[in-house]
Amino acid sequence: MSTISTATRPAWLDRLGHAWRTKRAALPTLAAVVIFIGMVIYGEVVYGRILQYNTISNLFVNNAHLIIIAVGMTFVILMGGIDLSVGAVIAFASVAGVMLVNAGWNPWLVMVLMVALGGGFGLLSGALVQYARVQPFIATLATMFLARGLASMLSTVPERLPEDSPVRLVHYTIKLIDGPRVNDLIVTPGVIIAALVVVGAVFTLHRTRFGRTIYAIGGSEQSASLMGLRVPRTKVLAYVISGSLAGLAAVVYTSRLGAAQNITGIGWELDAIAATVIGGTLLTGGAGYVLGSVVGALVLGLMTVLITRDGSIPPEATTIITGGILLIFVLLQRAVVGRKRE
Amino acid sequence: MSEARAWLRRLVRRQYFWGIVAILILLGLNLIKDPTYLAIRTNPATGNLAGNLLDIVRASAPILMISVGMALVIATGGIDLSVGSLMAVAGAVSMEFLNPIANATSVGAMFAAVGLALLLAGVLGAVNGVLVTVVGLQPFISTLVMMLAGRGVAKVITSGQNTTAVNEPFRWIANGYLARLPVVFLIAIAVVGLVALVVRRSALGMLIEAIGINRQASRMAGVKPRGIIISVYVMSGVLAGIAGIFAVSSVMTVDVSRTGYQLELDAILAVVIGGTSLAGGKFSLAGTVVGSLLIATLDKTVVFLGVSAAATPAFKAAVIIVLCLLQSDVRALLRRYLTTVARRGPSGGEPASAERAKPEVPANREEVVV
Repeated sequence: MSTISTATRPAWLDRLGHAWRTKRAALPTLAAVVIFIGMVIYGEVVYGRILQYNTISNLFVNNAHLIIIAVGMTFVILMGGIDLSVGAVIAFASVAGVMLVNAGWNPWLVMVLMVALGGGFGLLSGALVQYARVQPFIATLATMFLARGLASMLSTVPERLPEDSPVRLVHYTIKLIDGPRVNDLIVTPGVIIAALVVVGAVFTLHRTRFGRTIYAIGGSEQSASLMGLRVPRTKVLAYVISGSLAGLAAVVYTSRLGAAQNITGIGWELDAIAATVIGGTLLTGGAGYVLGSVVGALVLGLMTVLITRDGSIPPEATTIITGGILLIFVLLQRAVVGRKRE
Repeated sequence: MSEARAWLRRLVRRQYFWGIVAILILLGLNLIKDPTYLAIRTNPATGNLAGNLLDIVRASAPILMISVGMALVIATGGIDLSVGSLMAVAGAVSMEFLNPIANATSVGAMFAAVGLALLLAGVLGAVNGVLVTVVGLQPFISTLVMMLAGRGVAKVITSGQNTTAVNEPFRWIANGYLARLPVVFLIAIAVVGLVALVVRRSALGMLIEAIGINRQASRMAGVKPRGIIISVYVMSGVLAGIAGIFAVSSVMTVDVSRTGYQLELDAILAVVIGGTSLAGGKFSLAGTVVGSLLIATLDKTVVFLGVSAAATPAFKAAVIIVLCLLQSDVRALLRRYLTTVARRGPSGGEPASAERAKPEVPANREEVVV
């Protein structure tokens, strides 16, 4: 750099340099986007049939629920917390929902109720964290165990939705482009819901006082408190959002599967955390983007597609690859953000 | 008399006091259902002791191992999510090693299998430690990666199969008796005793806590955090390996996707119940033992009371919530509330009576509890 004189340095380089200095926090997210594009290109070149309508449609349809919980997780992690309960909340909300539908309740009401149930668990986590001063890890571990246990008390066998239930409408296939044979571009209401959630979350986090308070708490809870921000309310609300979105994800997933079981969603909280971390959100809070988490969720989804396409990777090794990719991403973040002093 | 009271008062002040109370309540519930629940009898055929209490201590052995490791890791300000997966790795290694060995009574094979399993678990623990210290990743992420990868390693070792093996000495570890007591419990107690000796009779425990309180300050005071943190993760890995051997030895089969699954959560619970804060800087081995016994008692109680085992988590949640509330500020809040009530008092609340009421209220409360 020093060899180039200021006079001859092009303006775009200056802008790039400025962006490099000021927007370093966005780099891990940018890296996630680049790696996602790299994975798409690699898949297209090596296996083919990636960049076509049905593969892309399925990527979104099959991961709509993961995108939704990853968005919820981002709220909590940005704040420096964590929510281990989302997978279990999905299990409880979907088992309870399907059983209520089968008991003759109004399906539309039940769908709203499922979201509310999720919100209720979020409220419990938030209250434990904020008012009982339980560490987020332990508090949400408690709600996780509670939701999983209650779901198991309700039923331990798959509960099926009736074939004509309106809940299944969330998975109603809308053909946008009718391609040759099965190669159609489709969306489902579930995907649209996920998209609305993402848009809403981006707006909330970047354009509202609540969103800025979340970032402030993640930066330093004490400073946020001293600045007069409404820390307690925001903290509880973030867990309620995460829980409600888990309830919403339960609606989307149940509608796609047509059934619910108490063991649904085991380990999904880890997927959501991984998606958030891959998307560039720091686990310590304060920095990150909700759109990054969406990319993170898509990276995880695409990885499953690529592993299936490859076929030569033994299925038992898949979790090693998931772990490896997660490791690569955090190492990248580490390299970008720079080493914290010991 | 006053000595006994002072001892009781000290016990009540301990964080794990409520854990002991919870164990007693659970045992009491079982006693109500079956008055002979606590009876320990001698098995007439073998002369060994048998009974529900022995079942509980036997079941607590694997949890005891991983939660002792977890307590040390948490004391450094870290967390180890990989212990459940490392249990599966150790189980897979030992079963895969013993599977082709035809000699079913070979003690040498048993020691080789145990040694190999502990070695690999220790190496993977060292990887955790290196990721945390040298690379500088957060413990949560490092061990999350190891949790995913470890489960995969276990599956790759057995090619995804649930390998079985026949080896009497290895089976003896979990099923045998020594001096009429279960071997597995004696080993567990010996290991805990050894760890306690190492960390509490040397400076190691204090150094671990110093790192957990403030890593930079400890470094400036001449502590070398890097080596100590790595050895703590190695210790956690080896202890997880022992737990894995306990787990597979009882059935002589490794179920690569279920052995040790989510047991890291039980371990973290046991540590927290024992009064070790997740913030680090402090650990209590006695509390961890109480926590592990509570988890094992709870598991057995839920099954004994005829509730579906799948619903066990809900009861664990109830225990965590109640214990956390008891251990947390709610106690302080309550005390403050009682103090203010006492200060307002029936007489109208002059300052002098407030000064007297302050120390009295907590003391009264403790006596009621005792």
